[in-house]
Amino acid sequence: MTSTKPLLEVDGLTLRVGASGRTVVNNVSFCVSPGEIVGIVGESGSGKTLAARAVMGFIPPAVRLISGSIRFDGEEVTTMAPKRLRAIRGARVGMVFQEPMTSLNPSMLIGRQLEEGLALHRKLDAAGRRELILDMLRRVGIRDPEGAFNAYPHQYSGGMRQRIMLASVMLLKPALLLADEPTTALDAVVQRDVMELMVDLTKENGTAVLLISHDLGMVARYCSRIVVMCQGDVVEHGNSEDILARPQHPYTRKLLAAMPHREPAREVPEAGTPLVAVKDLVVDYGGRQGFFRKEQPKRALHGISLSVKPGEVVSVVGGSGSGKTTLGHAIAGLIKPSEGAILFNGKPIDKSETAYWDYRLNCQMVFQDPYSSLDPRMTIGELVGEPLRLVKGMGAAEKKARLAEVLGEVGLGDGFAERYPHELSGGQRQRVAIARAIIRRPSFVIADEPVSALDVTVRAQVLELFAELQKKHGFSCLFISHDLGVVEQVSDRVIVMQDGRIVEEGTRDQIFDAPQHDYTRKLLSAVPGLESMADGGVRLFWRLGEPA
Amino acid sequence: MRLPAPNALVGGTLIGFLAIVASVSALWTPYDPLRLSFRAKLAAPSAMHWLGTDEFGRDVLSRLMAGAATSVWISLLTVALAVSLGTVIGLFSGYVRGWVDRTIMAFNDALLAFPGILLALGLLAVVGANKYGIILALGIAYAPSVARIVRGTVLSLREREFISASRVMGNSEAFTMLRHILPNCIAPLTVLATSMFGWVLLAESSLSFLGLGVPPPAPTWGNMLAGSRPYIGQAVWLGIFPGLCISLTLLGINLLGDALRDKLDPRMRGAR
Repeated sequence: MTSTKPLLEVDGLTLRVGASGRTVVNNVSFCVSPGEIVGIVGESGSGKTLAARAVMGFIPPAVRLISGSIRFDGEEVTTMAPKRLRAIRGARVGMVFQEPMTSLNPSMLIGRQLEEGLALHRKLDAAGRRELILDMLRRVGIRDPEGAFNAYPHQYSGGMRQRIMLASVMLLKPALLLADEPTTALDAVVQRDVMELMVDLTKENGTAVLLISHDLGMVARYCSRIVVMCQGDVVEHGNSEDILARPQHPYTRKLLAAMPHREPAREVPEAGTPLVAVKDLVVDYGGRQGFFRKEQPKRALHGISLSVKPGEVVSVVGGSGSGKTTLGHAIAGLIKPSEGAILFNGKPIDKSETAYWDYRLNCQMVFQDPYSSLDPRMTIGELVGEPLRLVKGMGAAEKKARLAEVLGEVGLGDGFAERYPHELSGGQRQRVAIARAIIRRPSFVIADEPVSALDVTVRAQVLELFAELQKKHGFSCLFISHDLGVVEQVSDRVIVMQDGRIVEEGTRDQIFDAPQHDYTRKLLSAVPGLESMADGGVRLFWRLGEPA
Repeated sequence: MRLPAPNALVGGTLIGFLAIVASVSALWTPYDPLRLSFRAKLAAPSAMHWLGTDEFGRDVLSRLMAGAATSVWISLLTVALAVSLGTVIGLFSGYVRGWVDRTIMAFNDALLAFPGILLALGLLAVVGANKYGIILALGIAYAPSVARIVRGTVLSLREREFISASRVMGNSEAFTMLRHILPNCIAPLTVLATSMFGWVLLAESSLSFLGLGVPPPAPTWGNMLAGSRPYIGQAVWLGIFPGLCISLTLLGINLLGDALRDKLDPRMRGAR
C-alpha cells in the first residue's frame, strides 16, 4: 500500500436512537486505505451494520447522528448535500447486501438492472453499456452472459445472484465496496467462491472493501485489519493475525473461544440393534397436480440408509439442496416417504400402532428457526409442558415438577414459565425449543440446524447446553447442519449428503482428517479449521493443505 | 389499576351507550315510533321532537331508538354467522388441502365474484324478507370472504415450524388445528369482523332500500336512511341522524375491535 491518506476515515462516530436515547454506535473510529480490505466483526446488536451504513448516509430515520465525522476521499459525508451524496453512492461507493434473494428486483431483467447504475453515473451509449455488462458478467463467472442479460433473477441460484449483484456493483469500479454479510445466506462452498471472486475483482480495480460479518474466521481470512465491535463500542482494532493470535480484549477472547472446536472423540458403546435405522428411504415431492397440469414428481432422497446407535450423535452435512432437511423431516414423520422403512429398536414403525406410538413419543425434534418454532400465543410454560399431554399415567403434580425440572435444566428458571416467546432472545427461545424436545425424556432427538440462526457466543452456549443434556440423558441425536465447524464439535459420526444421496459416511475423525469423496474434500476445503492456542488465541489452518 | 387503552375506552363508551339506548327503547321511547301524525310531518328538530319528524310525522328520535335494537341485532347476528361459517370452511379447506380444498375454494371464489348484495337478494327471494331471512342471507353472502382470509392464514401458519413441532409431538391434526392454528387466526378475524359489521349495516339499508329489508313500518337505521332520500332538500335531518348513528356505531365497533385484537395478542401486552 502506498502511504497516501486513507480513503475512508470515520472518527468518533456516535449514533443514537431518537426516541429512546439509546446509543447504538458509540465513539467509533476506523479508517480504510485505498485497496485495503478491512473487516468489522460483531454479533447482532453490535452496531456494525449501522456504523458501515452511516458511511453512505444510509441510517434508519429513527437513528440520529450525535457526533463524529466521516470523511470519504477527503470530503465530509455527514454534512454532504443529498445530491452530492447520491452522486457518490454507486459510483464511488458500492454496496453488496446479505440477502441475494431480495437484493435484486425480481420483475426486472438482469441486463436492465445492471444498466441502471451505468446509465446514471457514466456517459455511455446503449451498445457501450451492453459491452461492459457482458464483460462483467463473464468476469463473475456467469456461463452464458448473453442469456443472463435477458433473464430474470429468479432463474439463478443464491450464489449466482450474489455474483450478479457483485457484477452490478463492480461495473462502476467504485473506490470503496461495503459488503454487509455478503455470503451469510450461502453454502460453505459457494460462500468461498463468492468471497474469492470479490477479493479478486476488488484487487483488479484497486477497490477498498469494508467487510461486515459476524464470522470472525471468514473475516480473518480475507481482511488485513479487523475492527471488533460489541454493543456499539469498538473493543479491539488491529491486524488480523494479531487479533487472532493475541486477542487483548476479553470480548474478543470470548468470541474466539465461542468458535466451534474439536474435542477428543467420545467412546460410543457398541450396541447390538441400532436405536433408529433407516432403510432405503425414498422421498418424492409430488409435482403440483392441478386440474389442468401434472408435473413430474421430484425425487428429493434417492434411497437413504443410515442407523443411529443408542447415545450416539450422528451429523448429516451437505449444501443446500442436498436433501438433509428432507431427510430429517422424513425421519421425524413430517413427510411420508414414498419407499423405504424406519425401524425403531428394530421394529418398523409403520407396521403396528404400538410401534408407531412408541417411536412418536420417543422421537423429538428441535427446529432451525426459534422465531417460528414456538406458538406466539402460548406461554413458555404451556409450550414446554405441551408434550406431556400425551404421556399416559402422569399426574398433574408430577407434570408440574417435570416442567420445573426441565426449565431449570435449560437455564430458564425463575419466572420464565409465565413469559411469552416474543419477550425472549433468540438463544433463550432455542433453549425453550430444546426443553420442549426433551421434556418427555425421548431416546432420540432430531436437531435441524438448531444453532444456525444464533449469534456466535449464543451458539456456543446452546451447543454446550445441548452436549450437557445429551450426556446427562443419553439420548441419541441426528444433527443436521451445514456448518462444518459445529459438526466437528458435536458429532461422533458424520454423514455427508449431496443431491439426495449419501456420498460418504464415517467417524468424525475419518471424515475430517481423511475424506475420501470429492464432495467431502470440497466442503472441507471451503472452511478453514481452527486450532486453539495457549493464550486464548487461535490459529487458522487449511484442512487439506493450502489451496492453490 | 391501569386505565384501559384509549381505543377501548372510546369504543366501549360508544357501544355501551348504544346498548343502553337499544334496551331502553324496548320499554320506553319519547313517542310511539309507529304513530302517524300528518299535522307534524317533516317538522324540523324542536323541543317537542328533538330530532324532528319524518314524512308521516313519526318522531325520528323514537324511530332511531327502536331501530337501534333491530339494526344492531341484525348486524351482530349476521357477522357472527358469517364469521363462524367462514372460519369453519376456511380452516377445513386450508388444513386438508388437495382437491377438497380446490373444490371448496372454486365454489367459494364463484360466490365471491358475485356482489354480496346480489347473492343476498337471491337468497332472500328463497327464505323470505324478514329479520331472520336477512340474517341468513347476508350471513351466507359474507361468509366466502371470511373463508378466503382464514384459509390464507391457515396456509401460511401451516408452514411455520411450530405446527411441525406440534405434529412431531404426536398431537392429532384436529388438536393442532384448534390449539395452534385457530388462535393465531384471531387477529385477522377481528379486523375483518369489525369492518364487516359496517358492511352489513349498509347492506341491510340497501336491502331496505330495494324493499327487501325489514318490512315497513318497523324502523331500522337502514330503511330510515333509504327513506330520507326524496326529502333531502326539505328535511335534511331525516338523513343526517340515521347516518350519524351508523357512523358512530362503526367507529365504536372498530375501536373496540382494535382493542380486542391487542388484548388477545400476547405480543401487544405490556408493549404500551
